[in-house]
Amino acid sequence: MNFQRVFALAKKELKRLIREPAALFMIILFPAMLTVFFGLAFGGIGGNQSATYRIGVVSETSAVQNQSWTQHFIGNLTNVEILKIQPYPDNDTAQTDLVQGKISAVIIIPDDFEQSCNSYWSAPADPNQWVNTTLQVYLDSGSMFATQAIQPIVQQTLTATVYGQQTHSIATPIQISSPSLIRASITTTFDFFAPGLFAFASVFLTMIVAQSFTLDRENGLLRRISATPTTPTEFMSSQTISNMVGALVQVILVFGMAYLVGYRPKGDIASFALAFAIVLIFSLCNVGFGLITATLAKSSGAATGIAFIFIMPQMFLGTFVGAALSATAQEIGKFVPSYYVTDALTSLFLRGAPASSPTILLDLTVVSGTSVAVLLVGILLFRKYGKT
Amino acid sequence: MGKTKESEIVIENLTKKFEDVTAVDDLSLEIEKGELFGLLGPNGAGKTTVIKVLCGLLEPTSGSVHVGGYDVRKETAKVKELIGVCPQDTAAYPFLSGRENVELFGNLHTMPKEKLRKNTEELLGKMGLSEDANRRLGKYSGGMKRRINLIMALVHDPETAFLDEPTVAMDPQSRHAVWDFIRELGKRGKTIILTTHYMEEAEELCDRVGIIDHGKLIALGSPKQLRDKFRAKDLEKVFIGLTGRKIREET
Repeated sequence: MNFQRVFALAKKELKRLIREPAALFMIILFPAMLTVFFGLAFGGIGGNQSATYRIGVVSETSAVQNQSWTQHFIGNLTNVEILKIQPYPDNDTAQTDLVQGKISAVIIIPDDFEQSCNSYWSAPADPNQWVNTTLQVYLDSGSMFATQAIQPIVQQTLTATVYGQQTHSIATPIQISSPSLIRASITTTFDFFAPGLFAFASVFLTMIVAQSFTLDRENGLLRRISATPTTPTEFMSSQTISNMVGALVQVILVFGMAYLVGYRPKGDIASFALAFAIVLIFSLCNVGFGLITATLAKSSGAATGIAFIFIMPQMFLGTFVGAALSATAQEIGKFVPSYYVTDALTSLFLRGAPASSPTILLDLTVVSGTSVAVLLVGILLFRKYGKT
Repeated sequence: MGKTKESEIVIENLTKKFEDVTAVDDLSLEIEKGELFGLLGPNGAGKTTVIKVLCGLLEPTSGSVHVGGYDVRKETAKVKELIGVCPQDTAAYPFLSGRENVELFGNLHTMPKEKLRKNTEELLGKMGLSEDANRRLGKYSGGMKRRINLIMALVHDPETAFLDEPTVAMDPQSRHAVWDFIRELGKRGKTIILTTHYMEEAEELCDRVGIIDHGKLIALGSPKQLRDKFRAKDLEKVFIGLTGRKIREET
């Protein structure tokens, strides 16, 4: 591979991003404007709306037994500033209020909760002695805040109740689905949007890549470059590098704009580095989708339309938009790569999960594997069917 | 295959078919090193297809093609290092300046920085584009774009240049500037294959011409030899004598 060629082509592509008004708008201006507007509308600067959630709690623990753990847990939930705890005598009543939107979630404390907590403290180092149980949480699927925020808060409160505030232990006899830790704090609506904005901005790379390839094909530039000693590997490498640089600029810009309007994500340097890396890796996926689009499209105009076949599902199912969708739609979202980018960034920035947490590593693995696969498929398809 | 010095370009029984259409039909031709060769014919005669095969952009259906002693099919990379290609339609990036377009293609041929700078300035000057070199190509007139198109093909000083209708749609002044430039290249010993359907262009510039019609080579020789052979005043009359049609009738 000759780097003089690769860098010359990559430099040319970056000039396209800066000088072509459509590319400049989609890659730089649109995400920046969106971030600022969302930040102003929903963030700290835009009125500092703090979210509070009414949560129903049903205790199934028998009245005859000691309920100290249950009361301790409910007490800790009540102490979380953004929760308003409402006790219910039974699940049916609570579910009725949940369906009617009177509460955002229902937590069912199982009848063996006391036993489970006691069994842990009787033999903290011996999981075989524990009584395992599950704390059930029902969320209002129509509330993006409930779906994203409540479960991690409950997890953190449960952890603090059973093991104490500083405990980072994962081993537990009581399960609820999310293992991420969260420090309950005043959170703005924008804090929930922001992680999804990064993926949202990046998916539009698909359109830019598709348009650039189809335009170059229409104008005879791909053929002209093919008549030089440039190899396909050098050409595709230059495209990948330039789009990754574009994505890097994009993510820095979105982050910068978000910061300017008051966004203060949790996490340390490692979290930020990992978040940037995940978005950059995700840009490869969008380059791949762009190449597939360019293969299918006969013209640059058609490429714009076809690009939305890849953009829309990623946008609606995998970014901040998806949080407002039904539970079914959110399950379907697990089939789009952007879901895992948003999930990882939400864990890092909203829940303050460490970069090494299993959830984030799983997200990283899925994003990396999918991105490399989509990119390779895109390159192979374009080389075989898309060059002419 | 090792490099041979007899001819710069050797085409043997070249046939190129696109499904049931035969674009080039059993064409055989040799072009000497340093020769300025014109490939003439009406639109759709197969000239551009021949050029694309010579550049390694199209696979021949049958036959063999050698450029600079290298088999175009098997040693495409070697061939691409030797050649410069000026396509019929301007193929340049509108968001880059004229100079940036030229430098990009110099870099694709891995030219040393200093030589690239020198060649770029020299060619821009010869084509009268020095003053406009830093303007974006999208702001250029059609004639200026075509001159940049030509410079992009020649900035790396190739041994062999394929110029596909380099002066089409140019104003007379630009066309004469390009003719002077092509003549100068010829004097420097470059092998030039020029396709054109302007007969006066071929007469003015070419050492030899091959007339191609419906993919077949129907005449070959110097402009004078062809005029004498067909007792014609010019190459246009030669073509009429050969085919019964004017060269610009067909599209």
